[in-house]
Amino acid sequence: MLHSFDAVIIGGGVVGSAIARELSRYDLSIAVLEENTDVVCEASGRNSAVVHGGFAYDRNSLKARFCVEGNRMMDQLSSELGFRFIRCGKVLVGNTDEDMKQLERMMAQGFDNGAEGLELIDDARLHELVPAVNGRFAMFSRNSGILDPFLFTINLAENAAENGVKYFFSSKVISIDCRQNSYLLHTENDDFSARWVFNAAGKGAKAISDMLGIEGYRVIGSKGNYLVLDKKLGPLLPMPVYPVPSNTYMGIHVTPTVDGNVTVGPDAITTDDFSYYGVPADKMEYLRKSASTLWPHIEKKDVIRTFSGILSKWIDDNGVIQDFRIEVRDDIAPNAVNLIGIESPGLTAAVPIARYAISLMKERSDIKEKKDFNPFHRNVRRFAEMSDCEKSRAIASDPRYGSLVCYCENVTEREIIDAIHNPLGVHTLTGIKYRTRAMMGGCQSGFCQMKIEQLIEKELGMRPEDVRYMRKDSWILSGKMREGIDG
Amino acid sequence: MAEYKDAVIIGGGPAGLAAAIALDKLGVHDIVILEREKELGGILRQCIHDGFGLQRFGRSLSGPEYARIFIDEVIERGICFHTDTAVISLSPDRHVKAVSPSGLIEYDAGAVILAVGCKERSRGSIMIPGERPSGVFTAGSAQAYMNLYNRFPGHEAIILGSGDIGLIMARRLTLEGVHVKAVFEILDHPNGLERNIAQCLDDYGIPLFLNHTVTDIHGNSRLEGVTVCKVDDCLRPVKETAEFHSCDTLILSVGLRPDAALLDGAGIMIDPRTGGAVVDEHFMTSVPGIFTSGNGLHVHDLADFASLESEHLAVSAAGFLKDGLHNEMDVDVSCGNGVGHIVPQKIHSADGFSLSLRASSVMDDAVLRISQSGKDILRKKIRRVRPSEMLMVDIAGGLVSPDGNVEVEFI
Repeated sequence: MLHSFDAVIIGGGVVGSAIARELSRYDLSIAVLEENTDVVCEASGRNSAVVHGGFAYDRNSLKARFCVEGNRMMDQLSSELGFRFIRCGKVLVGNTDEDMKQLERMMAQGFDNGAEGLELIDDARLHELVPAVNGRFAMFSRNSGILDPFLFTINLAENAAENGVKYFFSSKVISIDCRQNSYLLHTENDDFSARWVFNAAGKGAKAISDMLGIEGYRVIGSKGNYLVLDKKLGPLLPMPVYPVPSNTYMGIHVTPTVDGNVTVGPDAITTDDFSYYGVPADKMEYLRKSASTLWPHIEKKDVIRTFSGILSKWIDDNGVIQDFRIEVRDDIAPNAVNLIGIESPGLTAAVPIARYAISLMKERSDIKEKKDFNPFHRNVRRFAEMSDCEKSRAIASDPRYGSLVCYCENVTEREIIDAIHNPLGVHTLTGIKYRTRAMMGGCQSGFCQMKIEQLIEKELGMRPEDVRYMRKDSWILSGKMREGIDG
Repeated sequence: MAEYKDAVIIGGGPAGLAAAIALDKLGVHDIVILEREKELGGILRQCIHDGFGLQRFGRSLSGPEYARIFIDEVIERGICFHTDTAVISLSPDRHVKAVSPSGLIEYDAGAVILAVGCKERSRGSIMIPGERPSGVFTAGSAQAYMNLYNRFPGHEAIILGSGDIGLIMARRLTLEGVHVKAVFEILDHPNGLERNIAQCLDDYGIPLFLNHTVTDIHGNSRLEGVTVCKVDDCLRPVKETAEFHSCDTLILSVGLRPDAALLDGAGIMIDPRTGGAVVDEHFMTSVPGIFTSGNGLHVHDLADFASLESEHLAVSAAGFLKDGLHNEMDVDVSCGNGVGHIVPQKIHSADGFSLSLRASSVMDDAVLRISQSGKDILRKKIRRVRPSEMLMVDIAGGLVSPDGNVEVEFI
């Protein structure tokens, strides 16, 4: 089947979905082609979820510029899109003279980059901010923060969908025909023709770039492993604690999440395998030991989960990591916006990146703003975050708000059902998890995953063997045991 | 706003049901059971194997049959209960807040009885390395899929851990035509009851490998297999022994811990050894009037014992409701050599009581010594001591004095 669109965005991660959402302000037909079954299966959902200040990137780089811009607009994005963002600040903790020199360099670089709210603080002030931290002094970045990495991307995508963007999942682009005035994209299922193409494929961006004829980029993966600690640790860590960074690596840090967990990581291991997310045993111990020098509360018994993410870094022939590259190569692939090397701070910078990418299109094509663009998105309303009065009213309006499904996170049946009927049509278990927090608690789905699986079957009329965990082939159940028995 | 009840019992499984019935028998009628599932019975609902009730009723029942006896009696006695009612907070002054489809429910309770059961250790909590495909289940969730929801978890299974539910699931899967390739246990002894090793593994020719553990999980989508290694004396995997085993299902039976979710909010002291509350010989927690028993206190081998313990609790709770708090002493019970954990951890009176403990290692012909300030309270010779088997010892009244810790040890 052939679908025709004005613009096709390849990749539905945070950058692809930010482009989709920002482009949906214009009077265009837009599609997003996503290889996975949801929008947060790769780097966008696998990171520290830190909103960076912008001091750690080279002067005059796109990374610095878009990071500072993204940081500044995060409050507005959060209120429009409804994901949680907490401007909690962060500290980079040092002990030696060398550390101090590097922090002073960061301060100066941050000043030049336009990053505001940076200060060097002494031991007393540091321990006032983060009581348990180990360190003699720090750089405090007041404007840094944390956000919900799942809902940031999901809500960009769902808001785009609400403004008319069509998402196609399990739609990996396998080849592209460049025609006179359009592109023909072949996926595993359907074909798509588009006047404009955006390559926001993240880990697949080099392959797409090659398909567009823009060849020669060298991209390496940098894999980071993380531990997730139980929610009881969150109150002990008011803000992210980092070691003194280099210009290319932030170091292993401890970070509170917006929901009160703590993540520990990442290490940085060079890889060319962009699909292996396994976390090795020795890395778990290394993370714990390394981060314990910063913050003393990391104990094995409080680890509830591990995960990893892979950043795609553009490097030159000498292996030096390069800036973001956002380009239209009119000589090779006109009407194709090519994004290469979008790594950290890509989460912070996603919307400025998207706006810049669209500006390149606007320079070459006359596009008109829509009158009826709706910038607001409503989340699945969370029972656990309601006041008692709101809870009572919610239950009175729908008794399914009074039936708990996930006991660890107090997620109700109504929320699960709302999440199952999300605007993107995602219906994996992890899709429900990222939208509701069900299965993210201490028991890690021991009591609730069966109920959620049953609700997916029931709400969507699916067979048990067709329900998926996260990826296309990640079946959960091999079928019914007895026919004719319901339940 | 909040309704008063003499006792609010949180949890309608074997512990909560037994406590409610016992309280009713003792004349405490103004009580309510709050159960978060849609039916009473707790985890017994999904335990369709037999072996329940041997201690208590002298016959072997399935989990639902065992639960039915208690549920019938609860109904017969007219004891009030609410299902689909999940407690979301408990305060130190015994204010209970619950959510149900009919609204938020609040109680002020004369006594609160926590009979909340336990939860399974997950993959994350034991930090099994590797990828995150689908097909990795805790034994309890696989059991629920099969026995409550009529769903197959996969075609070819490996079981990690020899806890009782894992063993029961090995047999259950086999009977339903799922190929169970092996059970791997990191320790040098099985974690489940011996009768389950015989009846669930040996009878079906399912091999059990001791001193082995899963060191890697493979598969980006669905589970494709696991790497298994032998472990050395310190339980460290020996890399040279790594072997790949293909399977699409991994069942984890790697331990249970009391569900402590409500304890923190109520300011109840937790024993890191059991993972449950610290209690005295009356099953009272560190917060007056809040009691706990069953698997929510410490993990039992048999539902029968959880029920029995809750009946002892009911006597204490009834006494508290009638007479209030009367602590005569404050004595700590400490774990000595060879003792993994112990309940109670505190003694507040000279009353007789039952002491439950688990050994930390396998011992033969051991002597259990309970002493205070160097003076024996009890010595008992035990032929076979297994960490998988809970030991219970009755201590007669008047033996514990107000001075010095009570020490429990194997000599």
